[in-house]
Order: sequence, then C-alpha cells, then structure tokens
Amino acid sequence: MPMLQKFILFVAGVAAAWFAVGAQADGNGLLNVSYDVARDFYKDYNPLFQKHWQATAGQKVEIRQSHAGSSKQVRAVADGLDADVVTMNQASDVDFLAEKGLVARDYARRFPNNASPYTSTMVLIVRKGNPKALKDWNDLIKPGVQVILPHPKNTGNGRYSYLAAWGYALRQPGGNERSAQEFVGRLLKNAPLFAAGGRDATTTFMQRRIGDVLLSFESEAELIAREFGKGEFEIVYPSLSILTEFPVAIVDKVVDKKGTRKLAQAYLDYLWSPAGQENAAENYLRPRDAALLKKYASQFPPIRTFTVDEVFGGWSKAFPTHFKDGGTFDQLYQLK
Amino acid sequence: MRGRAHPQPCHRLTDAMFAPLSRRRRVLPGFGLTLGCTLVYLSLLILLPLSGLAVKASQLSFAELWEVASGERAWASYRITFGAAFLAATINACFGLIVAWVLVRYPFPGRRAIDALVDLPFALPTAVAGITLATLYAGNGWIGRHLEPLGVKIAFTPLGIVVALTFISLPFVVRTLQPVIEDIEPEVEEAAASLGASRWQTFLRVLLPGIFPALLTGFTLAFSRAIGEYGSVIFIAGNMPLISEITPLLIISKLEQYDVVGATALAMVMLSISFVMLLAVNALQWWAANRHRPGAAGSGR
Amino acid sequence: MSARATRRATGEPLWLRALLMVIGLGFLLLFLGVPLLAVFVEAFAAGWPAYRDALSDGETRSAIALTVLIALVVLPFNVVFGVAAAWAIAKFDFRGKSLLITLIDLPFAVSPVVVGLVFLLLFGAQGLFGPWLAAHEIKVVFALPAMILVTLFITCPFIARELIPLMQVQGKDEEEAALSLGAGAWQMFFRVTLPNIKWGLLYGVILANARAMGEFGAVSVVSGHIRGETNTLPLHVEILYNEYNAVGAFAAASVLALLALVTLAAKTIVEWRMRHETQRLTASDLPPEKG
Repeated sequence: MPMLQKFILFVAGVAAAWFAVGAQADGNGLLNVSYDVARDFYKDYNPLFQKHWQATAGQKVEIRQSHAGSSKQVRAVADGLDADVVTMNQASDVDFLAEKGLVARDYARRFPNNASPYTSTMVLIVRKGNPKALKDWNDLIKPGVQVILPHPKNTGNGRYSYLAAWGYALRQPGGNERSAQEFVGRLLKNAPLFAAGGRDATTTFMQRRIGDVLLSFESEAELIAREFGKGEFEIVYPSLSILTEFPVAIVDKVVDKKGTRKLAQAYLDYLWSPAGQENAAENYLRPRDAALLKKYASQFPPIRTFTVDEVFGGWSKAFPTHFKDGGTFDQLYQLK
Repeated sequence: MRGRAHPQPCHRLTDAMFAPLSRRRRVLPGFGLTLGCTLVYLSLLILLPLSGLAVKASQLSFAELWEVASGERAWASYRITFGAAFLAATINACFGLIVAWVLVRYPFPGRRAIDALVDLPFALPTAVAGITLATLYAGNGWIGRHLEPLGVKIAFTPLGIVVALTFISLPFVVRTLQPVIEDIEPEVEEAAASLGASRWQTFLRVLLPGIFPALLTGFTLAFSRAIGEYGSVIFIAGNMPLISEITPLLIISKLEQYDVVGATALAMVMLSISFVMLLAVNALQWWAANRHRPGAAGSGR
Repeated sequence: MSARATRRATGEPLWLRALLMVIGLGFLLLFLGVPLLAVFVEAFAAGWPAYRDALSDGETRSAIALTVLIALVVLPFNVVFGVAAAWAIAKFDFRGKSLLITLIDLPFAVSPVVVGLVFLLLFGAQGLFGPWLAAHEIKVVFALPAMILVTLFITCPFIARELIPLMQVQGKDEEEAALSLGAGAWQMFFRVTLPNIKWGLLYGVILANARAMGEFGAVSVVSGHIRGETNTLPLHVEILYNEYNAVGAFAAASVLALLALVTLAAKTIVEWRMRHETQRLTASDLPPEKG
C-alpha cells in the first residue's frame, strides 16, 4: 500500500519538523509579551539590550517578541504562554496576572516610576487647519462635532480616552461623579461609531474621512504621520489629560522555571538606562528622565496630566467601576 | 434512518435490491472500522472540546446563566445578530440561486474564473475582509460614495453587518445549489413544457420543489456561519451598544473583563441554537429525500 | 411539438437571460470582485518595490512557511477522516445518522473565537488538562499543536461533506461486484472506490485548504503571536495593520488571496476533469440506470 506508507512517512517528517521547531524555541532567551503598537519601540530596544548584555555579561541573548491586544496577551500568559516579561499599556492587565499569582502583587514597586519606564497622554487629533476650532475636551460635547474613538469598554485606547474625559470633567469647577458621567455621556453621543481598536479608529478618521476629532495616544500621532503624511492633521493638546502609564513586570512563575530571572531583571532595568530612555523619546514616548524630556521638548509640549491612581484610585478600582458589565459605561446605554 | 440521500434513480434501484440483504448482514466491509474512526475522531476533536465548554459554563447556576444570557444588551445583540444573519442568508439565497443558475446554465466567456471566485470568502482572512468592506462602503469609499447621495449609509450601521455577513457566507448557497441544478434532467422541463406549462409555471411548480431542499440547506449553513462571525463584523459594524453590537462582540467583551465563565455561557447559548438549527435542517433533508423516494421508504420496512 | 417550441419552453427568453446574468454577475462583482481588487490596490499603493520589500521581510516569510506547514499537516487527517466518515455514512444505514451528520456540520456554526476558547479551556494552564501537560513539559497551546488542532476543528466538515453525496449517488454495486470477484477489502478500496471518488476528494481538499490557510479568529486565540514563530499569515496581516504598516498588511493579504486563487484555479481544473470523467462514466458504464 504505497499510499499508506507515504502517509506514515509524511507524518513522521512532520513530527520531526515539529520537534525541531520546539527545540529551537527553548534556547537561551527571553519572551517579551507586549501590546500591539509597542513593536517599534522594542524593535529598536532589543538590539540595544543585546549589545549591552554582550558587553556586560558576555552572553548572546535571543529575544522573542509577541504583540497583540493588551488584555488578550495577558489572558494568553495566564493560560500558559511562557512570557518571561510582560510590557503592557494598562495596569489592569498586569493586575490580572498578579491576581493569578504569576506576577508579584507589588510589581509596581519593583521598578521605579510605578514600573512604567515611559509615559504618554491622550491628545485630540483634528483635521488640517482645525476647521471646527476644537481646543479642549468641552468642545467635544458640542452638538455637530463627531468624535472618533476605539471601543471604550473593550480596548485599551478606548478606556484611556474615556477616563481622560471623565477626569477632565471631574476637575472642572463644581465637577462631581454625576456631572462627569453626564459629560462623558454627551461626548459618547457624539461618537458615530466605536472602532475595533486604535488602528481601526485611525483608519476611520484619516482614510475614510469620518469625524472631526480622533482621540489617540500622543505616541501614535507619529505612526499616523508615517502612514498618512504629517500635514494631514494637527495635534491639539487639551488643558488637562490623562497620563498613560505602560507597566512592565517579570513573570515570576516563568523565570523561576526557566532560570531566566537575572536576565529578565536586567532586560527591564535597562529600560531606565539613558540608552533605553532615549529610545523611548525617539519613539515619541515621554521618557521618565527629566533631562531627556527637556532635550526633546519640541516633541513633547508641556501638558497638565493626572494619573489613574490620583483620580480613580488605581486601575483596580477604575476598571470595575467603569468598564465591567453594569459599570458607568453600560449605564450610559441602559434602555430607559 | 437515512441521511441526505440524493433522490437518484440508480440509488433507489440499488436500495430496493440490497436493503433487505443488508439487513441480514452487511456485504461491504469496513463499517465497524470507518464508523469507529469517525466516532473517535469526532469525539476527540469536536465533542470533547465542546463538552469542556459545557463544563465551564455549568459553573454558573441556571439562574446566573439566565442572567448572563438575558440582559437588555444581550437581547438587543441577539436581535441584531440573528436579524442580520437572517437578512444576509436571505440575500444569499435569492442572489445565490440566480448566481448558481447563471453559472450552471448559461455558458459565457470567463465563467470558470468567476466560478472560482465564489470560494474567495473562505480564503481571505476575515479581518482583511472587514477592513476592506468598511473602506469600500464608507462615505468616501468606491461603493459608499455612490450610495451616500441616495441617503443610504452602510458602513458603521446595522446594514454594514448585513454586508459583512453576506460576504463571508456567500459560498454556501451557491455551492449547495450548483450540483443540484446540474442534476436536473432536461426531460422534466420538457415534459412540463409539452403539457402546456409556461416557463414561469415550470419553474415554480417543477423546478423549485426539486431545488428547494438544497436551497434550504444552503440558507441554513449560511445563516449559522453568519451568526458566529466576529472578525469581519467589528470593523464595519460601528459596535454601538443596543444598535450595532453583535453577540460575539459581547463574548469578547466578557473575555476583556476576564470573565471566562460569562463568555462560555453566552457561547453555549449560541452553540445550542446553532446545533438545533443544523439538526432541524438535516432532519428536513432526510424528510425531503424520503418524500421523493417512496420506494426506498417501503423497502426499508 | 416542434423542437423550437420545446427549447423556448425549457430555456428563458433572451431578455430574462440577460437580466439574470446582469443580476447574478453584478452581485458577484459587487461582493467579491470589488473587495478583491481593493486588497490588491492597497497592497500596491506604495508601488512594486514596497510590495516586494514587504514580502521579503523575514517575519512575513516565516508566517507564510508556518501557514503552509499547518495546512500540510491538517489535510492528511482531513482526508482520512473524510473518507472514513463518508464511507460509513454513504454506504451503510444506521440509527442516528442525522445526528452524526449534524455533528460533522457543527464546526461551520461555532464562532471561531469560541473554537479557540474551547481549546484553551482544555489545554491552557488553567484548563482541564493544563496542569498535567505542564507537569510533563508538553506544550500544546501557544505552540504548533494547538494551532493544528483548531485548524483541524475548523476544516473538519469540508471533505466529508463533499464525499457523502457523491458516494451516495455512486451506490455500492461496483464495490460489491469487486468483492464477489474475490478482491480483498483494501484492494476493493484502492482499485474501485478511490478512483471513483478521487476528484471529489481533491475538490474537498482544496476547499479545506483554502479555509485552513485563511483561518484567523480561532488560531489567533491559541497562537500566542510570537513573531517569526507562531504567527500565521492571517495573524501577521492583522499585526502589520495594527502597527500602521498598511502596505505590509495588504501585501501579506494579497499573498493569501493569491494562495486562494491558486487553489481555486486548481479546483477549477479538478472540477473540469471530474465532470469530464463523470460524463465518460455515465456515457459508457451506466446507461441502463440512467433511464
């Protein structure tokens, strides 16, 4: 039966290939599980660290990258993706891993600056010449203004946009939880759609020409310019916005098993090194290093910001209050 | 019980000849082996994983399950999902019938190339389909810009969901109808015509009843495929709660909150509905096949 | 009745023919042709060099390789299962056949995201077999095995569905004749059954292949998205798009569409030969049964 033999041979060949792939995966290296737009940053950072590690420890190190939606990534880590380190765009994602016992509960204090080596903020991106003269958050609730943002409940960018508007309203004279919710409700009424993600919101705004203003990370504006041209839009810095932090953490369970703790620690520590900080600035992420921030001042205009911890008491409170089922977002969409 | 047997004369003949024989002993070898293989494979690959889903969902009590599955948003999403899937399947049934008819009956240059195109939705990743459709049907897209002056908005409205679902489920109706239309024997039409039936009457009274079971199968397969679709829809739907939010998006939303149990509960609800629908169609097929072959039904008893 | 009158009665008038063709082809053009064109226009938006660069990227290449590897592993399983299931269902009568067919159909109806989730619930670290697998250092999820499993799940119905009606129409007499002439079971299968179903089988393989290569949702959940390692081509397309690399994304998508078109072209050839063969068969071997 020649067919049967061929089939068995084939299966054996595939099995061999499989083991080959498996063996290659277990080399001396790190797996960095990250959110999707972090690719540019780590594409430049990894060679920097490899050079540094070669110089200091005399070892070649292989760094593998995984990028996808932030929450999806930490779910994968909880389900057994062998990440040595996680580099996320939202603390609630790392909190989830802490809850599952994969990451230390005090991960935010194991590195400086709330374990966030760089920051960004939410800005308003408007069309060339700012035809609707949008200057601040309160311009976005005016009738006839269309706001484009990613889904506020299901995406990281969307949640930051939501909290930025909420925090702004709260900090206005006489602002309270009720007025903030009303403010955000009016803003969301001006949203003709909720995009599937940050990138999709950009495409909708830039390519499909829908909406008057796009809510986005300051750092993504540069990516938008690369894709659609710099003169096509303007960045408007609101009077107050949210400081977005990008927490990093070592996945204890994995590094202990693989024996990569020292390497993982060095990898994350190096993010705060001058070279690491400068790399952040070059990728339009605000470095923590004050001197560098000054050096790149033209790129990072000063803006008044608040953190999630200051206004919302941390993500562990903000997330259930606003984004879980029945939270403030859902309340805005209850049938009356 | 008989499956989706074709109402073919030759099959009827063999059945009439061999059915009594095969009741005493099976002539062909391999029944045990192949059925065993099939059952083991299906159990491992389909039943075991799906029962894992059921186990997870059963962590909720019935009351909790009901609460997850019956919220206001959930109901709105069922209405949108099933409504859009139904519309998409209906569009596919109508146009799919015409497409299948044209592709089978009318020879024209380039027919094979166009025939090959029908399977494209299987091969294109759903996200690419969604992004492309949204761009095409947006107000400034190739198609959207011609519709917007007419006051028709498709992208980022529930209509967009219908367009995406029509795209991804398009092959099912065409592909189930094609072989059946090919099988129609010209004698039947000629006989009807010679008895004085008009073309329209022939179609309605003679052709349609023969095609109908396959049309129904195609419709249902398209419908069930459309219900589960997520990847393409989120890019074109607009995702507004209560207006354009589909049930798979709610499942994702539960996962984003790390609520795996809630997600599995919703998934179970959708799966049960799909299963019942598919079972109904297969039973209907069986019924239709038997109705067309009284001889076979008699020989089995 | 004259031949002309019969033809008029069994064919549509010219205007109706034209109308049906315009509607049918217009529908296909609008829903399939234009999106396909749009993919290629986006892919070449920055010109040929950008397209070539996008495709020569190492990660894109390894994604293509992985996609092809998965399809190659999945298809043999599909063939064995499809033939076995079709043999049991088409050639024998037994209780619960409708239920069995429904089970085979079920993967069509399960949301791809749920398919991925289901395998995580079984093999993930928090899943049913997760702890056991971890203790034995066996990697299933976020590695090739799980990606193959979900693809098997997704493509399971195609070949069986293709073969069942075909084998039912063919009946059992040829096989029974072979047996009565003293052929062994395997001999009968390879000499009689396989030649009869080979084109249908290939048709099923091609459809399953298109689906296997294009699957996104289910694979996405269990892949882990490790660059150059567990990213299939559809996943890579999404990642590139999300990173503001539209040309790269649509270039990769166009490769998928091309892979699909190649398989579709192969399918058309197969179909043509199949029809050819059936015609020959019905013309020479089975004339008495046709009446």
